[in-house]
Amino acid sequence: MSRITEAFKHLRADGRRGFIPYITVGDPDLDTSRALIVELARAGATLIELGVPFSDPVADGPTIQRAAERALRHGVGLVDVLRILAEARRETDVPVILFSYFNPLLQFGLERLADECVRTGVDGVLATDLVPEESADFNAVLSGRGLDQIFLVAPTTSDARLSMIAERASGFVYAVSRAGVTGAREQMSDEARRLVGRVRGVTDLPVAVGFGISTPEHVADVWAYADAAVVGSALVSEIEKHSGSPDLVSRVGEFSRSLLPH
Amino acid sequence: MSEQTVHPDAGGHWGRYGGRYVPETLMAPLEELTEAFDAARDDESFRREFESLLRDFSGRPTPLFHAARLTEHAGGARLYLKREDLSHTGSHKINNALGQVLLARRMGKQRVIAETGAGQHGVATATVCALFGLGCVVYMGTEDVRRQRLNVFRMRLLGAEVREVDAGQRTLKDAINEALRDWVTNVADTYYLLGSALGPHPYPLMVREFQSVIGREARAQFLEREGRLPDALVACVGGGSNSIGLFHPFLNDKGVRMVGVEAGGTGAELGLHAARFNQAGGGRPGVLQGTLSYVLQDDRGQIASTHSISAGLDYPSIGPEHAFLHDEGRVEYVSATDEEALEAFGLLSKLEGIIPALESAHAVAHALKLAREMKSSEALVVNLSGRGDKDVQTVAELAGGETT
Repeated sequence: MSRITEAFKHLRADGRRGFIPYITVGDPDLDTSRALIVELARAGATLIELGVPFSDPVADGPTIQRAAERALRHGVGLVDVLRILAEARRETDVPVILFSYFNPLLQFGLERLADECVRTGVDGVLATDLVPEESADFNAVLSGRGLDQIFLVAPTTSDARLSMIAERASGFVYAVSRAGVTGAREQMSDEARRLVGRVRGVTDLPVAVGFGISTPEHVADVWAYADAAVVGSALVSEIEKHSGSPDLVSRVGEFSRSLLPH
Repeated sequence: MSEQTVHPDAGGHWGRYGGRYVPETLMAPLEELTEAFDAARDDESFRREFESLLRDFSGRPTPLFHAARLTEHAGGARLYLKREDLSHTGSHKINNALGQVLLARRMGKQRVIAETGAGQHGVATATVCALFGLGCVVYMGTEDVRRQRLNVFRMRLLGAEVREVDAGQRTLKDAINEALRDWVTNVADTYYLLGSALGPHPYPLMVREFQSVIGREARAQFLEREGRLPDALVACVGGGSNSIGLFHPFLNDKGVRMVGVEAGGTGAELGLHAARFNQAGGGRPGVLQGTLSYVLQDDRGQIASTHSISAGLDYPSIGPEHAFLHDEGRVEYVSATDEEALEAFGLLSKLEGIIPALESAHAVAHALKLAREMKSSEALVVNLSGRGDKDVQTVAELAGGETT
């Protein structure tokens, strides 16, 4: 059983819900990212998404675009993401997935990537612009190493596609709360609740909801119907706000704790 | 040629190239678009409406012109120009814009978005939206806005909203990123009118189909005039819509040589050009903006910056069908530098009284070289994809002169 599956199994057994923070690795720098992994695990993360910076993030809003630009300015790439995770692994065994666009993974080499994931302690991969139709090879490579491949589902996804995606997915299903790019929103939409209901109809895999979750109220709302809430842009904004501050890591940890209903 | 050259598979793949590499949210609208396109293709009334607009609104067929003085200057094969520059709005882009706007109407979409590099596609889209009373937003990089001011003004005159994109390299690629973000956010009521043979399926196939009128006309016109087919075809390749439009109807004519001309920019080093098939210069297969094709990138898969004097060729990837035709060896791909394009720009203006777009000037530059290597009994057709009014200011600035 993968570390991701196990984590969700424990949550369910305890009747709890999960918290999945996202950071762009290398923003503001690699040492901080490594410390953030450890701190976010302490703050109660069920799983951490490590964003691999990419030059053309079409699925991301301005906040994560800026984070990727900052990381790329000092040349951060997939190799660095894997290296700092391997280092952080001395201090934490929190499940981790790579959150990436496909091209950096493809250029790294899919077989090599899967081997490196095993070596450095990555548990799964989500490629934002890789739908199951284009993913047969990668899917086989990952599952051959016991790694999970996480797919997105969206409010626009048909029931037929939901079934097809659920069949190929492992670990959990990532439900996009609304049509659009990543980024904080004032309100969560009802679309997310309806989508999670539809996903439940086709699979027993855990369902996490992401895109736009930025307040404790949003988290509580999502926890009412999904297994976990993903917080990305709100956390990246917090990192941006405290960039250069010596207590960035602890402040981001505090912010994360403040998002979780007690 | 293999069957697959003419027909990609159901997922829009030519060999390993093409496909759909998009966020899940866009899969439903892409499927909806594919169904609408397939239905329209089989619908006689759609075809008739498209053809009548091409004729009555855009002025087709465009002439095939024998460039006698240019031929004499080159000293070799006879040069013919396919005069897409005489199309309404000044380039071949109107063909695709008309086809897709009819599709948008069939699909009941009220809002159209587009990206533009040189501004030709933006102008074509703004034009067809004005024709049908649809809302139109065009994304354009701030660097392109700077070098193509005239086209920005034309788009606004036509009622379009031009949104400047101040991200990345501030050119075509960044405009496409922003258009994709708009589309993913407004999928329900928005039609994305993509301007080149790029992006996720069905765009590369659809754009090729709407642009193939260029090659069908050229083939018939040449046959009528010479009683045979041309020996070679030459076209510039940015995303690759004018070139695939010219080439496609000739793919099964084995005796017809085809040459695509990429932007050689100012040098062969990564960052100085937009020649995607220049493998020493950083071009290799990768995924960008929805499709798998040749992409200019660094060794970590970050997309490289590009350079070309012509905004329309200044793009790090190329349509997936071109990638396939390259690997199959059916089409040759070469490049022309900024300097060679500028020289051809001047030559065509002085020798034939035709000011070409800087994009098309790349094709003319290579055609001159090729003609010299060919016999005087042979003939080649150059796609003159657009006119150069939009570039006069750029050229004047480079010459250190004033336009007024």
